[in-house]
Amino acid sequence: MDKSVLKELEKRACKVRIDVIEGTFNAGCGHPGGSLSAADVLTYLYFNEMRVYPSNERAENRDRFVLSKGHAAPALYGILAQKGFISQEEIKTLRKVGSTLQGHPSIKTPGIDMSTGSLGQGVSAAAGMALAGKLDKKDYRVYALLGDGEIEEGEVWEAAMFAAAKKLDNLVVIVDNNNLQIDGTVEEVNSPYPIDEKFEAFGFNVINIDGHSFEDMEKAFAAAREEKGRPTAIIMKTVKGKGVSFMEDVCSWHGKATDAEQYITAIGELKLRLAELEA
Amino acid sequence: MAEVIKKATREGYAAALEELASNPDIIVMDADLGAATKSASFKKFAPERFIDAGIAEANMMGVAAGLATCGKTVFASSFAMFAVGRAFEQVRNSIAYPELNVKICASHAGISVGEDGATHQCNEDIALMRTLPNMVVINPADVIEAKAAILEAARYNGPVYVRLGRLAIPQIFNDSYRFKIGKGTVLADGDDVTIIATGLMVNEALKSCELLKNHGISARVVNISTIKPIDKALIVESAKKTGCVVTAEEHSIIGGLGSAVAEVLSEECPVPLVRVGVNDVFGESGPAWELLTKYGLSAENIAKNAVSAVAKK
Repeated sequence: MDKSVLKELEKRACKVRIDVIEGTFNAGCGHPGGSLSAADVLTYLYFNEMRVYPSNERAENRDRFVLSKGHAAPALYGILAQKGFISQEEIKTLRKVGSTLQGHPSIKTPGIDMSTGSLGQGVSAAAGMALAGKLDKKDYRVYALLGDGEIEEGEVWEAAMFAAAKKLDNLVVIVDNNNLQIDGTVEEVNSPYPIDEKFEAFGFNVINIDGHSFEDMEKAFAAAREEKGRPTAIIMKTVKGKGVSFMEDVCSWHGKATDAEQYITAIGELKLRLAELEA
Repeated sequence: MAEVIKKATREGYAAALEELASNPDIIVMDADLGAATKSASFKKFAPERFIDAGIAEANMMGVAAGLATCGKTVFASSFAMFAVGRAFEQVRNSIAYPELNVKICASHAGISVGEDGATHQCNEDIALMRTLPNMVVINPADVIEAKAAILEAARYNGPVYVRLGRLAIPQIFNDSYRFKIGKGTVLADGDDVTIIATGLMVNEALKSCELLKNHGISARVVNISTIKPIDKALIVESAKKTGCVVTAEEHSIIGGLGSAVAEVLSEECPVPLVRVGVNDVFGESGPAWELLTKYGLSAENIAKNAVSAVAKK
């Protein structure tokens, strides 16, 4: 990957992380942990992979994205602000009455392709979008991002069976494998492992990557494009809370916002990192 | 007297799909029950646009939603028990909340499923669907109304639930019948009691009029096929005219037509009301007509309750 592209992506992902902290702090609640683990792949998708058009947001030939792990909405809103679908000022309205930025994504928000948040439902919708693309002979692609705890939901596997049976090679399912869910590690709660072998058994092309490596993503998404006749699952190893030292790999940061002191520390770390990247 | 034509409302679904098949934006989905729901009749006309999701109703609803975001009008079918019961939360969060253009046409609703028994007799679907914002709920009274309602649902932009039955029931309407979402129809007029019925109970209500004549009671019969949005004006006007109301439905008396009418009357025109329906019990196996009689879903039971309603005035 070109160094300047890499640096640009790193800067954008860092800004997304700042928005995650800003949004959840101002809301006084929300889900920073899983938003931070997903910030890098969201950045990659929207700035180096997908064709989306903020000036024509419902363009028929656009690529689609479904945030099946809808609680990572704060990170997606950070992306939408950088893309110009929403304004930067709106980030601070997250979860407030009357805001376009709902606690979980709504299709009525500019740039959002599907309402999600009730876990397990996003892959089905993404499969429907991919199927529509096949029926209409369009070349758009569809991406869905799932949590690793989320794949405990049975509907995910109904959808996986369907996507493979209908040969939806225009669909990429991404699993954010940060290893933590609300009640503990995914192994302790109800282990979904081995995730890769399960998707393989369901008929997917499976690629394992480091979910914080843009170079890995570049290779994986390129390989997914080349795959014919079956959907691709990209299983990303990630760190929950990535980018904020005291949140990294700590289960309790799944669903709570920083207090004032923690907010200052978190924003300080991220702004320092951004300054380094911009230097 | 001409012989009464008997057809199941699901046959009206097949007839409507045949007309809709030439529209390239129409997709029909089923969950391995296309032969029974009649959705599979679409396959003859547009095989590439008939999608069998297999026995996985939750996923089917999500896929239907995804297709709808891409401009498709999607018909998704299964038995009412599974389309509404199994997949309720998918219908709520993936279809009703984002207001997507999906028509859930569920057959084998109610106790008239018959021999399959209680696990397959859905008496709760109207209650569940009517609580959802954005959802239109339609329960046709015969095959003609079923076809007309489904064609209208296809024209309407947004989520619609259409309740269909397995049992062949008498045809009430003729081909000139015009269906309009949200409009009830007066099928017989009378002064002493209004019988508000839906689905296969509309024909029973009409039959009960004859029985009531022997008691010197003249009954108005109103067909409410759109349970939501409900025709408040017609309900209130009828209650004012006759002073008492009986509701009749092949559904639990909790949450269905009876409840919807009670909501309207208690707020706008309180009059004596008696609800005829499945009385908060599960069904059982047996021939459909025998079950309908046993569970009080008959002209005789409507007439009996109409007499009580009149006595309460």
